[in-house]
Amino acid sequence: MSLTTDRLEMGPVAGSASAHSGTALADPSAPLSGVPYAGLPDPGLPAPRPRIGLATRRSRRDRLAELAAQKTAAGAGWAIVVILAGVLVFLLVQGWPALAAGADDLPAHASDFWTLAGPLAFGSLWASALALSLAAPIAIAVALAITQYAPRRLRTALGGAIDLLAAVPSVVYGLWGLMTVAPLLARVYPWLTAHLGWLPFFAGQPSASGRTILTAAIILALMVVPIMAAVCREVFVRAPASSAEAAYALGATRWETIRLAVLPFARSGIISGAMLGLGRALGETMAVAMVLSPTPFLVTFHLVESSNPNTVAAFIAQTFPEAHGLETSALIALGLILFALTFAVNAAARRVAARAAGK
Amino acid sequence: MKHASIVKIKLIFSFATVFAVAAGCSAVEDNPDEGVSSGASAGTLSGVLAGGGASSQTAAQEAWRAGFQAANLDVTVDYDPTGSGTGRTNFADGGYAFAGTDAPFTAAEAAGSFATCASGSGLVEIPAYISPIAVAFNLDGVDSLRLDAVVIADIFAGRLTSWNDPAIAALNPGANLPDTAITPVHRSDKSGTTENFTDYLVQTAPTAWTFAAAEAWPAELKGEAAEKTQGVRQTIAATAGAIGYLDASQASGLGTAELKVGDGYVAYSPEAAAAAVGKSSLEAGRAAFDVVVDIDRTLSDGDVYPLVLVSYLVACERYADPAAGSLAKAYLEYVISAEGQQAAAEHAGSAPITADPALAPKAAAAVAAIA
Repeated sequence: MSLTTDRLEMGPVAGSASAHSGTALADPSAPLSGVPYAGLPDPGLPAPRPRIGLATRRSRRDRLAELAAQKTAAGAGWAIVVILAGVLVFLLVQGWPALAAGADDLPAHASDFWTLAGPLAFGSLWASALALSLAAPIAIAVALAITQYAPRRLRTALGGAIDLLAAVPSVVYGLWGLMTVAPLLARVYPWLTAHLGWLPFFAGQPSASGRTILTAAIILALMVVPIMAAVCREVFVRAPASSAEAAYALGATRWETIRLAVLPFARSGIISGAMLGLGRALGETMAVAMVLSPTPFLVTFHLVESSNPNTVAAFIAQTFPEAHGLETSALIALGLILFALTFAVNAAARRVAARAAGK
Repeated sequence: MKHASIVKIKLIFSFATVFAVAAGCSAVEDNPDEGVSSGASAGTLSGVLAGGGASSQTAAQEAWRAGFQAANLDVTVDYDPTGSGTGRTNFADGGYAFAGTDAPFTAAEAAGSFATCASGSGLVEIPAYISPIAVAFNLDGVDSLRLDAVVIADIFAGRLTSWNDPAIAALNPGANLPDTAITPVHRSDKSGTTENFTDYLVQTAPTAWTFAAAEAWPAELKGEAAEKTQGVRQTIAATAGAIGYLDASQASGLGTAELKVGDGYVAYSPEAAAAAVGKSSLEAGRAAFDVVVDIDRTLSDGDVYPLVLVSYLVACERYADPAAGSLAKAYLEYVISAEGQQAAAEHAGSAPITADPALAPKAAAAVAAIA
């Protein structure tokens, strides 16, 4: 393997390799890059294709490294698609028998699969929607504080603290929620029922333990905030400085500047961040399983009662250890429902974000 | 199959060691007997005994495994607390050499065939773990209450909502009952504890408790639900006015109820729990070594605590794999021995079956039947 021979066989191989991997990359990269940071400006132009004339003068090692990088990237892109398809096939094949199962074979003796799945899907969506409506204003405010208001030295520290929140394991949130937050909120709930009981959300007998869906949603919101705040922070930082300077020059106050020059630019990024957070809330298992006091088959909008709808993920985690036969199939089919829910939420989010970006 | 071959290989090796030790001893001390006997006590049993099932037995199994493995250094006992249903299924499919289960196989199932057992072998089931279930509550200034089955049923069905309800006060003259709201707490997961608690209500308060005895809490009843014994304990401890049912070994620090039995009231204790099982008759129509107790929760003797959970160990009379059979036999012998039952009582707060003169010999005979 001398250098001379390397140089001789260089040109055509490098050219064909890059052409091949270029087509391979095209498909998976499109859905991958679009989702989470749809609001961000394009990170850069596509990498320039290696020029064949130059390549003839490159060493064989360079060419191999180039090839390896391309193949690895393409392989990783395809692997995601293959794994996703594999999970889908697994869920379909294993979960299918449960769709036709009867009362004797299903968890909680549900009369049929949809009686079981409906309320659980409702519980997942309801808890996540609650969590998101609590988390979104906080996350946006936190991101604004870090990027617009905080002194420069404090920004890094604040940002680090928020990121640290995301690193706390959900089981710790669950323990904290169960042992600290729920008993505290149990003192607030009777007041809510007494004074806001005319709202259907706060009607009923308030839970004495505090282990309600509102408590679970508050814990979920805490887990959503760091994710959403991180995305918002990124887009706020990228707001064009010229627009902000123009607003200041016109005599706008800082809040007016944010409203005029930062938020409109960041709208689709905020939505993307919210949807990432929603995905986290939909799939969260441990914290909900530990905090919530669930009742099977229940669909209710009451927030502070002892009886609450359970979520899909928590139900699977609680029921799986003792499930067998068709019960296991039913749980896997529930996983498929969650999969579909998350997929639908992501698709909707992408459309909303794209529309917001187009404005 | 894989297990079996490993066990065989290990057996061959351990015998080889025994003979090598024996040869060594005879060469030096010229006393072969000593070498063989000391080698044999540590070497006759070796391999892995795989089992699993009821999670109620987890703590007791830990004590039994530790005790048994300390006496048999070459044996590893696995107990996977997957739940009773999975335990029974895995035993029937040949995955476990023994299973723990809160609900024994039905008589019809027991007559069928099991992949773990040799063909034509009978089934061995023994009540190995007896534990009282406490009705525990969190009420300021009240440590002990007297309750009867009807009041308990009314509380858990949501019909009694305040602690100073006349129905509760009537059973507790002189007690200072606050007007705190009652929060009944039940298990959100399937549990043998729930099945025995609801069975107690079905047997003793059939008019007040209209639901079936089952591992899952009746879906028609709403209310506070918590996961596993620890979840129930935590919720009761953190909630003023809460009441729940849980394994008595986990009820320390909480107020507990004395149950009305006959004309008196009985607090939970290992002895009273063992008596409830001992005085109940064995289920009819079972094979000789299929020892299943039909717990009679309506006994009126003053020394009986009827709210009790019995968990079974399942094995074969004859095993498809003889090596697994000798391991299972030795392990179950240890479990029902006075030593094993005492270890479980200390570690898991269970009631020793050896405390009951009627039950212990039947269990011993069933284990002796394992070939």
